[in-house]
Amino acid sequence: MPSLGADMESGTLLEWRVKPGDVVKRGDIVAVVDTSKAEIEVEIFQDGTVEQLLVAEGTRVPVGTVLATLQTTSDESERAQAPSAPPPPTEGPSAERPRVSPVARRAAERLGVDITSLHGSGPNGAITLADVQGTAGSTQAARAVKPDEAPAPSVAADRQAAMRQAIGALMARSKKEIPHYYLQSTIDLSGALEWLGKANETRPMSERLLPAALLLSATAKAAKEAPAMNGFWRSDAFQPAEHVHLGVAVSLRGGGLVAPAIRDADRKSVDELMASLNDLVRRARVGVLRSSEMFDPTITVTNLGDLGAEVVHGVIYPPQVALVGFGAVGERPWAHSGMLGVRPLVTVTLAGDHRVSDGAEGSRVLALGGRYRQRPEEREK
Amino acid sequence: MSRPVRVSPQELRQTLIEAIVEVAPDVDPTTIDPCEDLAEQLALDSVDMLATLVSVNERTGIEIPERDYPKLATLDDAVAYLVHAAVRQVDAAARQEEDSSI
Repeated sequence: MPSLGADMESGTLLEWRVKPGDVVKRGDIVAVVDTSKAEIEVEIFQDGTVEQLLVAEGTRVPVGTVLATLQTTSDESERAQAPSAPPPPTEGPSAERPRVSPVARRAAERLGVDITSLHGSGPNGAITLADVQGTAGSTQAARAVKPDEAPAPSVAADRQAAMRQAIGALMARSKKEIPHYYLQSTIDLSGALEWLGKANETRPMSERLLPAALLLSATAKAAKEAPAMNGFWRSDAFQPAEHVHLGVAVSLRGGGLVAPAIRDADRKSVDELMASLNDLVRRARVGVLRSSEMFDPTITVTNLGDLGAEVVHGVIYPPQVALVGFGAVGERPWAHSGMLGVRPLVTVTLAGDHRVSDGAEGSRVLALGGRYRQRPEEREK
Repeated sequence: MSRPVRVSPQELRQTLIEAIVEVAPDVDPTTIDPCEDLAEQLALDSVDMLATLVSVNERTGIEIPERDYPKLATLDDAVAYLVHAAVRQVDAAARQEEDSSI
């Protein structure tokens, strides 16, 4: 069971996507795991042939448990600890498990609706809460829930409690172990937004950019040039990361948050970052993420401004050493060339780790990011 | 540009609601206050709002320029905007056909 986030202690194996004898390539999705936050599609980290599945679907196991053995191309079985769970069912996994939002899955469990029998009306045929309730309503009138009661308070509350506990434990660890320092700076976005508005005028709707893409791009570029902000604190030492895997804090529908990563964000164009952001948020909202997005963000961005807050002072996600926060982009008074005018401004904050860096260095990073944000067109060259 | 296929307010409202539920599957459409800001009441961020409008565009063919986004802030306002935009697009398409037949 891989660690899919520093706050994860165990996970439930929901589904195998492979069976013994299957040939797999690095990056293939082999299983789906449910953490307290989301369903994670687990990618395999090397090529080989699946030898044995050691954990049955539906089993909850601690992080570190061996899930399966893999015959690698060098012909050595990748085997570690003894299996800690009963062997899997002999038949192979069902062809294609329907996509189903976690809310709908829980409602289905509660209502006794077989999700495999449903036709999903959501994106890519995903089964939504409405689909489940529709079926429950037609076949089990007596047990059908009123929409405003779903999901079941007990199930939702359990999950909510588990998530709050996981977030609480991780944030408590962060505040206890990481000597945070905070910096903040306000940036004039008029140049960047003007550029963005022009760029969007000629684009089809599905390819339009949001200010968030510019903010992510600027952060990734600045992080690349600031090794002391980008990496991990492990075994009492800082390990700078070579690439920027930009964690993006995404709030989950119904409460809680996940911070999956956009990998190699420093090497992506604004367009690529926008596409990644759209994809990541969409999958996080329906609760399906990938293991490679979960285990090694090198720095995280939180963009609470979208929902109105003017400033956010974030808590660093261990083992990372910095977190960048953006408040709401809004028109405010601003002095420019000796004149007071009204301009679109954003307040950016940096939470840094004093074990690794100091305020002076953090300040330079903020200034660097600010320059990138003001002149997006130069970054595109 | 694809021609709008749905122009009745009821259908456009339904389309918009479907697009919202696609983006935020936990939203119960019956609880949406049609006069209140959608993003605020449903906790939709800018990525969600853009995805919703893109989905409406894909379902109806109605083009929504970025400068008009604020006109679609509430369910009622959005439906009114979409009805007008759909009518405009149908008219424009009809004029184009007339022109080409002359």
